[in-house]
Amino acid sequence: MLLALIIAFPLAGWLILGVVGGTLPRRVIGILACGTVALAFVASVAASRHPAVSAGGLSAPLFSWISVGTLAVPAGLLMDRLSSLMALVVTGVGFLIHVYSIGYMADDRSYARYFAYLNLFIASMLLLVLGSNLLVLFVGWELVGLCSYLLIGFWFDRERAAQAGRKAFVVNRIGDAGFLVGILLLATSTGTLEFGRIGALGSQMAPALLTAITLLLFVGATGKSAQLPLYVWLPDAMEGPTPVSALIHAATMVTAGVYMIARLHPLFIAAPLTLPVVAGVGAATAFFAATIALVQWDLKRVLAYSTISQLGYMFVAMGVVAMPAGMFHLTTHAFFKALLFLAAGSVMHAMGGVIDMRQLGGLARAMRWTAIGFVIGALALAGIPPFAGFFSKDLILEAAFTSAQHGGSWLVWLAGLATAFVTAVYVTRAAILTFLPPAVHHGHPHEAPPTMRWPMAVLAVLSVGGGVLGARVVGAPLLRSLDRFFAAAPAAESAPAALLTLVSVAIGVLGIATGALLYRGRREVTLGILGRFFERQWYVERVYEAAILAPARALAHFCADVIETRGIDGAVNGVAALVVRAGGTLRQAQTGYVRSYAAAILAGTIVVLGYWLLR
Amino acid sequence: MELVIFALAAVGAVAGGVGIIASRSPVRSALSLLLVLGCLAALSLLLSAQFIAALQIIIYAGAIVILFLFVVMLLHAHSGETAPNRLGWLTPAGIVLGAILLAVLLRTVGTGDGGGVASIGAEFGTAEAVGQTLFTTFMLPFEAASVLLLIGIIAAVIIGRPEPASPAPTGTPRQVVEPSRR
Amino acid sequence: MTVPIGAYLALGALLFVLGIAGVLLRRSALVVFMSIELMLNAVNLTFVAFARQLGRLEGQVAVFFVLVVAAVEVVVGLAIIIAIFRTRSTVDLDDVDLLRG
Repeated sequence: MLLALIIAFPLAGWLILGVVGGTLPRRVIGILACGTVALAFVASVAASRHPAVSAGGLSAPLFSWISVGTLAVPAGLLMDRLSSLMALVVTGVGFLIHVYSIGYMADDRSYARYFAYLNLFIASMLLLVLGSNLLVLFVGWELVGLCSYLLIGFWFDRERAAQAGRKAFVVNRIGDAGFLVGILLLATSTGTLEFGRIGALGSQMAPALLTAITLLLFVGATGKSAQLPLYVWLPDAMEGPTPVSALIHAATMVTAGVYMIARLHPLFIAAPLTLPVVAGVGAATAFFAATIALVQWDLKRVLAYSTISQLGYMFVAMGVVAMPAGMFHLTTHAFFKALLFLAAGSVMHAMGGVIDMRQLGGLARAMRWTAIGFVIGALALAGIPPFAGFFSKDLILEAAFTSAQHGGSWLVWLAGLATAFVTAVYVTRAAILTFLPPAVHHGHPHEAPPTMRWPMAVLAVLSVGGGVLGARVVGAPLLRSLDRFFAAAPAAESAPAALLTLVSVAIGVLGIATGALLYRGRREVTLGILGRFFERQWYVERVYEAAILAPARALAHFCADVIETRGIDGAVNGVAALVVRAGGTLRQAQTGYVRSYAAAILAGTIVVLGYWLLR
Repeated sequence: MELVIFALAAVGAVAGGVGIIASRSPVRSALSLLLVLGCLAALSLLLSAQFIAALQIIIYAGAIVILFLFVVMLLHAHSGETAPNRLGWLTPAGIVLGAILLAVLLRTVGTGDGGGVASIGAEFGTAEAVGQTLFTTFMLPFEAASVLLLIGIIAAVIIGRPEPASPAPTGTPRQVVEPSRR
Repeated sequence: MTVPIGAYLALGALLFVLGIAGVLLRRSALVVFMSIELMLNAVNLTFVAFARQLGRLEGQVAVFFVLVVAAVEVVVGLAIIIAIFRTRSTVDLDDVDLLRG
């Protein structure tokens, strides 16, 4: 029951705010929205302390949902080590962002609708992570997609926001199609979707089928977690309010794909070909996105591509069977990426909505807290010890190296290193252009109000100290806990651990130095042809436009103009015209002249009479 | 003797019939109708229907034809067919149809002549005999016929009544609807 | 020599068809009416002929009723023609085409 409460609190919040929110005073709305998430957090903490969670998992079956033939899918919740981590992250970071939103959205006229959607999102995400079977997860999956659409297009009278929302939904749909086919294949071949049982059954399936299923599920993950080739919606999603970007598109929703693979890790490990694909896609995406982040002028877009890149790291971790490392990076990334986004939001709030770095600069003097927060987040992102990001990223690179040593691809590790370098460069660039003098803006920046500052402060502390969860020197409590969960996943120790750590730190420092040198004093740096290539996102979107969108649009026009207008309308109108013409023809018998009627009667009479008399 | 009368009456009837449908003037048509009625009365006499013959002369010739003549004279100036015929196709169609019908009827008459003529008594066709049948077997239709006559009288009075000249409030005279010429 | 009943029947048929021709071919309402009377009389003749052939008086009784009905019909019909004439100033049947569709 406790598990159901975790979801019930924010769900109730959504219902109340959705129905009567418009009539409530702003203060009440804010308290109510944050309160439900806080209650959910408390419930998550309480539930995670339950002894069953550490054992096999605390399960709470709710009701029998589908029972058809041999397929039985109950609706239920499950909390084990994995989902308790996710639940704590979602509710914890979610709570902080709710508080932040009170200040950020204070002047917005759809205050209640915003918080209603945000609460609905929390409830959906919790449903996703607490589901006891793949179908409940999928329901949560779709719901968060819906909330993402609603919140990206929150300011729906803005054309770009509306289009961005649509794009997010449609691209996610494509991924979800693959996901759904995977689920169906799984259901029909094993007859169950329960997480507890899937693991055991996985090893009994034919390898080809297993590979197909896991690849299809991964397609869904690329959609939701914005990897190649379905990442295109995430940069545009920045049209939504910044706290939304922080919560949904950095800390929680986009991690759903990573969570899904962690959940189904027995299947992925048993499938021979899938994991290298996962690692490869993750590594490629990480590097690809980092290069694009380097040439963006919009600060939020820099952070968006950065998110795509860091998600790539998580998939690399999954791919090289270092799942605890991946989940660890998910957690630390939630902390520092949310912090970075909230700082960007603070800048937008202070500068009247401006987020183009060409119009910023020198904000550190007026916005001390924000600047410090951003720097902390940046250092964590770049992987500098002792910030949290260092521990998790280092762990992943170590795992990639080990995997390469044992027959994996060296490219993955090299891509990881290169990405770390570029990451440090672009985040330094962003920090310099935004906060360091000279200032090129014409605004009057001011520091953020307390409701916005305190969440940033908490996240800053977590970004600094969060590494302790995975630091071996203090026992790495989170990693140990996750190791026990992923008992099936072999945790390989790497050889030259200390050397690798040194290399990754060095790369990070080198990146920062390069960035500082290149961009100090707002120097105009052009990267030439390479720069243009990065700016145009390696022409990925151009290819999509030409190969997919243009034909689709042509097809739509064809359907609308030819099939609809001439074909269907023609048929319908044709029937009507036919009736009219038939009527017009028949109407000629109604001459109105008595004599013609008499003649007709006579003719009929002759026929009848003739028949009778001459028979 | 019977044959002569029949021949004369038949010719007269046909001539009258042609006269009805072919005369330019409605008065001539009415008079042709009179001729037909007279000939038919004669033929009825030949067929031992004395009462009927008398009735035909009295009612038809004596009342109905007079009625026709009255109306013809009332509408005299306007009863000509002056406008061009809009149903030109009707003339050949009517002739053809009529011919076909005639052929059918004649063939029926020709093929169906079975059984001879029954023998009758002297009182067959007298007023007394007809009256006897009428007031016993056909009492109900007789009464119904009288009601029908009553209805007819009332209807004729009402329909034929000139419209009551109700004074229009604004004083505008009622329009006479012009016959449509399309 | 007696005249065969068939001759009377044939004559009746001929008069009937003449009446039909008049109804179809003439436009004046009065002449059409007279043609209708012709048709009725032809039928009367036929009835009487059959009455004679079969030796039954019912045929003549039928003629009696036809006579009554014809009288009523003429009266009402002429009243209608006069009423139409009052509003339309015509007795041309082709001018009464308000039912034209």
